[in-house]
Parts: sequence; C-alpha cells; structure tokens
Amino acid sequence: MTLAVSTRPGPPAASDMVRRLPEVLAIWVPLLLSAAHLIAFSLWTIWISFTPSTLVPVTGWVGLRNYTAVAASRNWQIALDNLLLFGSTFVLLSLATGLILAILLDQRIRGENLLRSIFLYPLAVSFVVTGTVWSWLLNPGLGIQKLVHDLGWTSFRFDWLIDRDMAIWTIVIAAIWQSSGFAMALFLAGLRSVDADLIKAAQIDGAGPIRMYRRVILPTLWPITITVIVIQLQFAISTFDLVRALTNGGPGIATQLPALVVYDLMFQRSLLGRGAAAAVLMLLILLAVLLPYWAWRYVQRRRAIHA
Amino acid sequence: MRERTLAPSRILIYLVVSLIAVAWLAPLAVVVLNSLRSNEEIAQGSMIGWPQHLAWSNYAVAWSGFCVAETCAGIRPYMLNSALVTIPATIFSTLLGAVAGYAVSLWRFRGDSWIYGIVTLGIFLPQQMRLLPWTIVLRDTGLMNTLTGLVLIHTIQGLSFTTLFCRNYYVAIPQELIRAARIDGAGFFRIFWRIILPLSPPILVVTVIWQFTHIWNEFLYGVTFTTGQQQPVTAALIALSAAVADIPQHGVQSAAVMIAALPTLLIYLIGGKYFVRGLTAGAVK
Repeated sequence: MTLAVSTRPGPPAASDMVRRLPEVLAIWVPLLLSAAHLIAFSLWTIWISFTPSTLVPVTGWVGLRNYTAVAASRNWQIALDNLLLFGSTFVLLSLATGLILAILLDQRIRGENLLRSIFLYPLAVSFVVTGTVWSWLLNPGLGIQKLVHDLGWTSFRFDWLIDRDMAIWTIVIAAIWQSSGFAMALFLAGLRSVDADLIKAAQIDGAGPIRMYRRVILPTLWPITITVIVIQLQFAISTFDLVRALTNGGPGIATQLPALVVYDLMFQRSLLGRGAAAAVLMLLILLAVLLPYWAWRYVQRRRAIHA
Repeated sequence: MRERTLAPSRILIYLVVSLIAVAWLAPLAVVVLNSLRSNEEIAQGSMIGWPQHLAWSNYAVAWSGFCVAETCAGIRPYMLNSALVTIPATIFSTLLGAVAGYAVSLWRFRGDSWIYGIVTLGIFLPQQMRLLPWTIVLRDTGLMNTLTGLVLIHTIQGLSFTTLFCRNYYVAIPQELIRAARIDGAGFFRIFWRIILPLSPPILVVTVIWQFTHIWNEFLYGVTFTTGQQQPVTAALIALSAAVADIPQHGVQSAAVMIAALPTLLIYLIGGKYFVRGLTAGAVK
C-alpha cells in the first residue's frame, strides 16, 4: 500500500498528511477521548446492570433481575421518597429565596456587591465542608439547640438531625443555604435585562412597584425560572457529598438518597450489578427531567429563529 | 416629602437583606470562631460562641499534628494531594478544552457539531454512571489509588465543561479572521497561537477558576478511587470527622475545615466575578 502511494505522482499528498498529523491529533484525541468515554462508560454501566456481577464484573445475563431487586429494596424506596420530598421542597424554596433576594438586590441598594458575594459564597465551598458545619449547627448536643438551652430556655427543641421523620429537612435547609445564591444570580441577570421601554410604558400607565413586578417584570423571567428549576433538580438527583457529610444517610436510613444507594451497593456491599442498575435508574430519573427541558428549549429556539 | 415616604420601605428592605446575610454568614463565622476555641471550651458550651482565649494552636495541630487512622501528619499531606491533583488537572483540561473549543467553533470539520453535542452531555450525565468503568480502567492501568489516576479522570471529564466554555466564547470571533489567516498560509496551530490564544484570557480565567473549584471540591471520585494517604482533602475531612467522633476535637476539626476551604474561598474572593460568569455560562449555555 505504501509503495503504491509513493509511486503515485503526488507525494505531496503523503507529506501533507504527515504535516497535518499534529493538527489532526490535537483536534481528535481530546474530543474522541471525552466523547468515547462518555458513551462507552454509559453503555458499560448499562451492560453491567444486566449481568449477575457481584464482587467483580462478570459476563452473563439476568434480564431485569437487578432492577427488580433494587426497586423492591427498602433502601431504594426510602431513597425515592426522600428524593421526591427533598427535590420538590428544595427546588421551590431555593427558587423563592433566590427570587426574593434578587428582587431586593434590584432596588438600587447600597453594598449590593458585598451582599451578592455573601449570598453566593457557599457555592464556592465544598459540600463536604458545608455539610460538616451544618451537622454541627443542627446537632442538638452541639449546635443551635445546645446554645438555646445554655441561654436558659431548656424546653427548646431543635433535634431534626437525629429525628427520623425530620432529618431530611436538615438536608433541605443546608441545600437551600448552599444554592439559592445561584438562583439569585440568574434572576438578577434576568431582572437587569428587562426592557427599559417596557418599564417606562408601565410607569406612564401608572403602575406601582408591586403591579410592575407582577404584570411586567416577573413574566419575563419564565425562561430563567425553568432553567433554574432544571439545574436544581439535576443537582438534587445526584446529591451525594452533602448528605454524606451531614447525616451519612441516617439516622438509620432516614435520609437515604439514590446516589448513596448506588455507592452503598457498589462499594460497601459489593453488588456491582445492582449498583449499576441503581445508577441507570438514577439516569432515567434525570432524563425524565432533562428530555422535556431539551424539547422545550428546542421549540423555543425554533420560535426565536422564526420570529 | 418624597424621601420621607420612601424611607420605611427602604429600611425594611435593608433589614431583610441584612438578616438573610447574617444567616448566610453564620456557618462561616461558626467555623472561624470555633477554630480559635479550645476543645474544652467548646465542650463546656456549644459550637456557637465567642473564643475566650484565642487557641491558635488548633491550626498547628490541624495542619501537621492531627491523627487520621494511624498516621498523625495532620491535614498537610491531604492538602498536598489535592493540590497535586487539582493544579495539573485544571491546566490540562483547560488547555485541551481551549484547543477543542477552537476546533469545533472556528476550524470546523466534518461531524463537529455531533461530537461537540456528545462531549457536552458529560455535564448532565451523573457521576454514578461512570464510577464502575473508571474503577475497572484504573485497576487495569495500575492507576488505582494514585493521584495520577485522579488527574486523568478530572482532565478527561473536565473537557465537557472547558470545551463548552471555550466554544461558546470562540463562536463570537468572526470566521473571516480565520479564513483570512488560512489564505495567508497559517495552519491550525499558528492560528491558535497567534490569533485565538491572545483573544482568550477572559475565558481562560473563567475556565481555570471553575475547574479549580470543581476539582478541589470533588469528593465522590476521591473517596472511591483513593484510600489512606492518597486521599484528597475532601475525603480526608470525612475520615477525620469519623475519627474524632469518639473524642470530640471540634476546635482542631474546625481549623482543618477552614484550611481545606481556604483555597477555593480565596479564589472566590479574588476572582468572584469570573466564578459567577462560569456559573451562568454553565447554566444558560
């Protein structure tokens, strides 16, 4: 083959190939590595989820057995219930907090930059760090309850962290604190980009500030709101670090979440097939959020092009 | 007249914002104050309190005297591990992302939009879907429980974000610029060095800050793929809090938490604007 090439009248073609080799490598190696590992690894995990793998991956086919086993386990059912509760309340409350903060900061107040930095800093710090701190504050023997007791109000109770029914709310609190700054940043950007003419027109019509927000400004925030909801849901679905540091899934398994179940099955119980099945179920939950969002964005973009 | 009628609502706004700000700062204040209180002092009261005697020694113990498992070297080796993972992985993923972003946005080749779409899927895909394959790959390449393994993972996975950031920045560069340079005989790399990189500092700062924060704060891979002395600081902190559960040493632990959080907090203080830009760039796409 090489001989045939070299006898052809165009050796420049071969040298051109050599000359272009570094360029081809620079373009393709990182891109292919990234794309291929995403696809191959996903397929790999999906495949393992259909095998009887326990301690090590093995070949074989057990159909949906791993899935039914995971779905039937108490651990997973509690994780799903928790995810539903945690996901919905956390998203709604952080959305509300973020919106309120954005509206307040939008009132031309002094020290806006400083305040914005304060509300956003939790995002820059690891969940491991913030989870640890929250576990102290919420620990009845160390934190807020202890402080109030020491001040003399001994009947005060704030022991959600060790209360099976309430522990999940401590995760909601920490998660809101951690990420409503993110919602605030996006909302603030949205508020600042509202058309000035629109506001002027409403002012001429005699709209007060509350009416102005309700009728004119807030409706323009819908696209941002949906984006924030989707990103926060995505975060909720894969939450691991925060729970690991705050409650480690406890008390008992009261604050179990899907990501912890996956870790537990894979690396603590060495049930690789089931762990993989749980990971695939996580992916499916995520897709249930993302696919409608992508479809919505696609429609929006089409509309923007045609408008 | 107008000023006076406005005042009460302004006061209310400032009041609400300040109250929330205090609540937001409280956890940080608690760690800072506790890092300066002795263990006895904390044990007598609660985690919330003013230090009576500044116990600076907490920092010394947390840094180099503290025991996790059998080793008593403090948090220092784990900080070093995190730095040895975070710095190279940030540099590699940013550089590769810049080249990839330039290739998909300006150089253009067949299938570029497809491959770009797949790469950015990595932003959405949960880490849990990649845990087992990475375990197997690291084991088979002998990189299990090494910092090199973590650098490899973060470099490859980081490409999803860095390519996205750079690509979105580079699409705004007019294609004519590239076309003119090509007519003048400039190749892929020459255009990258001479035209693209000089235009890149704004996006590279965003990308570096984003990657550094992300990789420094990462926990799942650290705890899954490394053990003992090879762990990054996030994983070591969890091990540490389990270790002190028997004999509470909250003063020292607070100091350790502060030290572990310091690099990303500093980056946020210095480059907060760029951090936020990365946040919104990743969100709005």
